[in-house]
Amino acid sequence: MALHSCDTLAQNRQARLGRARTITGGKLLRPEQVTELLEAIIEPGDRVCLEGNNQKQADFLARCLSRVNPENVHDLHLVQSVVALPEHIELFERGIARRLDFSFSGPQGGRMAKLVGSGTIQIGAIHTYLELFSRYFIDLTPRVSLIAAQAADAAGNLYTGPNTEDTPVIAEATAFKNGIVIAQVNKIMDEVPRVDIPADWVDFVVESPKPHYIEPLFTRDPAQISEIQVLMAMMVIKGIYAEYGVQRLNHGIGFDSAAIELLLPTYAESLGLKGKICSYWALNPHPTMIPAIESGFVKSIHSFGSELGMEAYIARRPDIFFTGADGSMRSNRALCQAAGHYACDLFIGSTLQIDLAGNSSTATIDRITGFGGAANMGADARGRRHVSPTWLKAGQEAQGRNSSMPRGRKLVVQLVETFREHMQPAFVEELDAWQLMEKTGMDIPPVMIYGDDVSHIVTEEGIANLLLCRNEEEREQAIRGVAGYTPVGIARSRSAVENLRDRGIIKRPEDLGIDKRLATRDLLAARSIKELVRWSGGMYDPPRRFRNW
Amino acid sequence: MEQLEYEFDGAGSLRQSGPAVLVGVVSSGNLEVLVESAELGGRGRVVVNTSVRGFGEIWQAVLTDFAGRHNLANLLISINDAGATPAVVSLRLDQAAEEFYRGEP
Repeated sequence: MALHSCDTLAQNRQARLGRARTITGGKLLRPEQVTELLEAIIEPGDRVCLEGNNQKQADFLARCLSRVNPENVHDLHLVQSVVALPEHIELFERGIARRLDFSFSGPQGGRMAKLVGSGTIQIGAIHTYLELFSRYFIDLTPRVSLIAAQAADAAGNLYTGPNTEDTPVIAEATAFKNGIVIAQVNKIMDEVPRVDIPADWVDFVVESPKPHYIEPLFTRDPAQISEIQVLMAMMVIKGIYAEYGVQRLNHGIGFDSAAIELLLPTYAESLGLKGKICSYWALNPHPTMIPAIESGFVKSIHSFGSELGMEAYIARRPDIFFTGADGSMRSNRALCQAAGHYACDLFIGSTLQIDLAGNSSTATIDRITGFGGAANMGADARGRRHVSPTWLKAGQEAQGRNSSMPRGRKLVVQLVETFREHMQPAFVEELDAWQLMEKTGMDIPPVMIYGDDVSHIVTEEGIANLLLCRNEEEREQAIRGVAGYTPVGIARSRSAVENLRDRGIIKRPEDLGIDKRLATRDLLAARSIKELVRWSGGMYDPPRRFRNW
Repeated sequence: MEQLEYEFDGAGSLRQSGPAVLVGVVSSGNLEVLVESAELGGRGRVVVNTSVRGFGEIWQAVLTDFAGRHNLANLLISINDAGATPAVVSLRLDQAAEEFYRGEP
């Protein structure tokens, strides 16, 4: 009987490093050596992680990989958070990569749908972030990872600065399974300000010709917030945050939730809610949070990533943000996703479509966009055991009086105007996700947040509390009852909706004591980017495209 | 452009005629609403000029609900719409009606 070999991965790693030694003797690479090194190190069929999120991108390494000779490097299996760059798509068009497991595709969603349709890209699965990171340690461990950092020293210690994001989880999964980690950095320093990734997890480092790209994804100009969004924010604050005493939460991206953030120092303060709501956050450093922070609303914020222009402000608010000994923030997407899932009592976010069961999706027929993090935030944590008053109240509402086992649940709020731009209804009989499933051969439709996880739907017409609905018909009428003049809303049973309103399952602004005439932009703590800069004492430095003065 | 016209029964007594009221602006996603007195035999008339065709039924539904909230007797309401959502339309109509009747019981 042959002895089963138990260190093939380590032997394979040594073979790869041996081939690399023909190109470089040390860890530091010159930019022009990178493509050659990738050809030497990467083997056909390898699982490769190309770091890139919707913020930080290992863009130089992506470009180098897209230039390798497909005769030598082909059939790669890419595992990565986000397919964001044109180079990511080129890898498939050139035959360098074939298979893809990912989480989000954003700007490349249209091209991706075409290439999946033609078989050029084979998708394993579309994941949520935490789910994909988890698989890095189970069945999708990368053989080679290409990551991005702010700086490195000669030994290979990496400094990620505020945008740590996905780097620790990728580097750990790869380095401790005998994989190879290659980092692009913006500069090589004698000594890094702090060590975010230790040198012995990193095999090669290259100083990128240009700093890595970062998208200012979480900046929302208050000038674009509408009166309708102000009205919806008032309903959320009074009808949900105050009602349940929500202290620990996560906000999705968008003008709808930015309006809530800008109403904390004004409307919420006038209701006496400071200290009673919105103290602890899992959240990127949204510039629209500055007035709430400066007004003393916020005790703590842990972040998935950073936000361009917020670095200096964050560094001067170490009581609020998680910062290192060097003063700058340390973000961590995996840990913040876990925190948002298990330690927050509420998630609120927008979506493109909601069906009659409350399932929501951002998929449209011609685009594969994926999930990102909202699905982790917007799901009840079934493994949660600690109690908070918010969690318990939500659980009691959901269980009614029938359950013998007390249990809480998370508040998951969908915040949408009944019509999106170009009069696209946000409420539909059937999600476009079903057609996308048919077209691309998925096993299940890509649902962002399942209806049974949603606790409330808020529109300009009012709040529907789905926790209190006792059967599917009630749930459907509660959703129709806030769906406005969409076809779904117009088809409501008026008597059923009035009955739900009498029982407090649907609440209109007037039921909440909200005077719609007060819903004006004057209620926003800041009405422009310039006013956010003023609130920050000049420490917020917005990207050029947001400066109009 | 599309022009739509709707008429509604006035509810309650006729009001004294006051000065015309204009709210809103004609910019993308918004609309302007002009409310003025007119001799309409106790009925109310709404004339909609909209840049977006094909939403007559939704206008009908939005305006019917509006007529249920306010007395439109002898009111002529003119709307110039630049693609506002029903939410914005309802808000502007309520603002205009409240402004027009301001100070009256």
